[in-house]
Amino acid sequence: MDLPVLFNDPPASPSGGCAANSCGSSDDQLGHLPEAIRDKVFNHPCYSEDAHHYFARMHVAVAPACNIQCHYCNRKYDCANESRPGVVSEVLSPEQAVKKVKAVAAAIPQMSVLGIAGPGDPLANPQRTFDTFRMLSEQTPDIKLCVSTNGLSLPESVEELSKHNIDHVTITINCVDPEVGAKIYPWIFWQNRRIRGIEAARILIEQQQRGLEMLVERGILVKVNSVLIPGVNDEHLKEVSRIVKEKGAFLHNVMPLIAEAEHGTFYGLTGQREPSHAELQALQDACAGDMNMMRHCRQCRADAVGLLGEDRGAEFTLDKIDAMEIDYAAAMETRARVHADIAEELAQRRQHGPAPVPILQASGPTALMAVATKGGGLVNEHFGHAREFLIYEASPAGVRFIGHRRVETPYCEGDSSCGEGESALAKIIDALEGCRAVLCAKVGYEPWSALENAGIQPNGEHALEPIEEAVLALYQELLEAGKLTDDVAQQRQSA
Amino acid sequence: MALEIIDSCVNCWACVPVCPNDAIYQAQPHFLIDADKCTECVGDHDEAQCASICPIEGAILDELGDALNPPGSLTGILLSAGELPSSIPQDIR
Ligand code: SF4
Ligand code: SF4
Repeated sequence: MDLPVLFNDPPASPSGGCAANSCGSSDDQLGHLPEAIRDKVFNHPCYSEDAHHYFARMHVAVAPACNIQCHYCNRKYDCANESRPGVVSEVLSPEQAVKKVKAVAAAIPQMSVLGIAGPGDPLANPQRTFDTFRMLSEQTPDIKLCVSTNGLSLPESVEELSKHNIDHVTITINCVDPEVGAKIYPWIFWQNRRIRGIEAARILIEQQQRGLEMLVERGILVKVNSVLIPGVNDEHLKEVSRIVKEKGAFLHNVMPLIAEAEHGTFYGLTGQREPSHAELQALQDACAGDMNMMRHCRQCRADAVGLLGEDRGAEFTLDKIDAMEIDYAAAMETRARVHADIAEELAQRRQHGPAPVPILQASGPTALMAVATKGGGLVNEHFGHAREFLIYEASPAGVRFIGHRRVETPYCEGDSSCGEGESALAKIIDALEGCRAVLCAKVGYEPWSALENAGIQPNGEHALEPIEEAVLALYQELLEAGKLTDDVAQQRQSA
Repeated sequence: MALEIIDSCVNCWACVPVCPNDAIYQAQPHFLIDADKCTECVGDHDEAQCASICPIEGAILDELGDALNPPGSLTGILLSAGELPSSIPQDIR
């Protein structure tokens, strides 16, 4: 089995072989990176497709101000790039943020990375961002820090960033051509003035590229995010991917534009269309030939991996945190134990590799399968509770992770109102476009038939099984039952 | 001599860190400028910093009550407001 997501096999893998694609230095997906950075990536808990099932990240909203305007953002809400659009975070002071981080890290030892991503641009709030980092570096040395930025103030911040326990920096780079940039950024605030149009885009691009180079020089990991805007930067992103790779970014993550009129963004209001799932995937594939794509990334969102999801957010409101007494020294011991256990489990998984699933038929089509999971690498979420689905591509050659698709409203919002709306179900089915099956812990009767009618086979029989094994097993079942023929695909398309 | 923030402010904080005089403070229902501290940036910068970074047209007024960023000057969206579909809620127009 050959997962395209790297880091399944660290260079010193005890398996001794070169089972995954880190083998062969010329085609090595990490081959373009300096040795030191490569090691860092390999040993990173968050970029391993395996490890991300076990670790959690959180964000603290300490950085409200922003210094540029993006056409996909409405500043009434959080940064549209880094958060769910239409959401307003409660802005925390650096002190409140540190207390919250300690509280969460003590209660959820899997929490290993703390990000500052907004709600504005962290580096446009240098005081608040760096105060937070300074305190965390001192008080919670076992937590890695990450930060996201539009890049405008990046070069002047590199020095300060390099003083902290910064694990990686994410830069949102949507273009390298000012003419394209002028269609994305109406203005920037630069050297005490508002600058518009192509001039603004040129400055922003220069700053982003310089910041990227400076970070790489210092050995700080850089991930690049791009928003795919059909008709604006879609083709152009291939060049972006090539350039940021050349300069040493270790991952390029392409995300779809979200542009709904009710979010009040320029693109939303002017009818700019969003990319389809197929367009996004095609572009990700095109860039992946060139560059590592981090398809399992959830943009470091506060509820990553579901370990810190809606259910637990309520435990850490400001007043509750205020009342907490946290013994971080004790928490650190527990955390070290939990992290060691996870590392051991991961090492074992690597050694044994994914359980072999015999494929009886040698040939068969590729099929996309959706999985509802709460984390832990298992099929363990009810269809009705899923806020996102992981998408895998199965073929006789094996299973590879493709990406994740979010749903705005789970089918069962809350606990009592299952089936709240057919509209919710219709939207979920929309989100699962192109999938042949959906694996979950359980599926209710009503969504079952709706899914079937849409050509998506619901399946609850692989509940609690490891995802890759379950996907492959179901693929085989469907293949043998003749349910993966092209007829079915056509049927689905015309349905 | 002072500028004023009015109720179209969306509380985005952008103006707070750029004010050379710490004149802007968080208040309900929106941020406010302390008229005693605001110098309209004279002596520090050529342009009023808060108005140069504020993303909301019409949110900051000069002494005469005129918007420093008049409708349409930042995004162009409001120029065509008459053509917006009615599904867009009033409060985000
Ligand atoms: S005009 Fe200048 S001094 Fe006055 S509030 Fe705005 S930024 Fe501060
Ligand atoms: S920048 Fe404008 S919208 Fe933002 S807080 Fe200041 S006055 Fe309000």
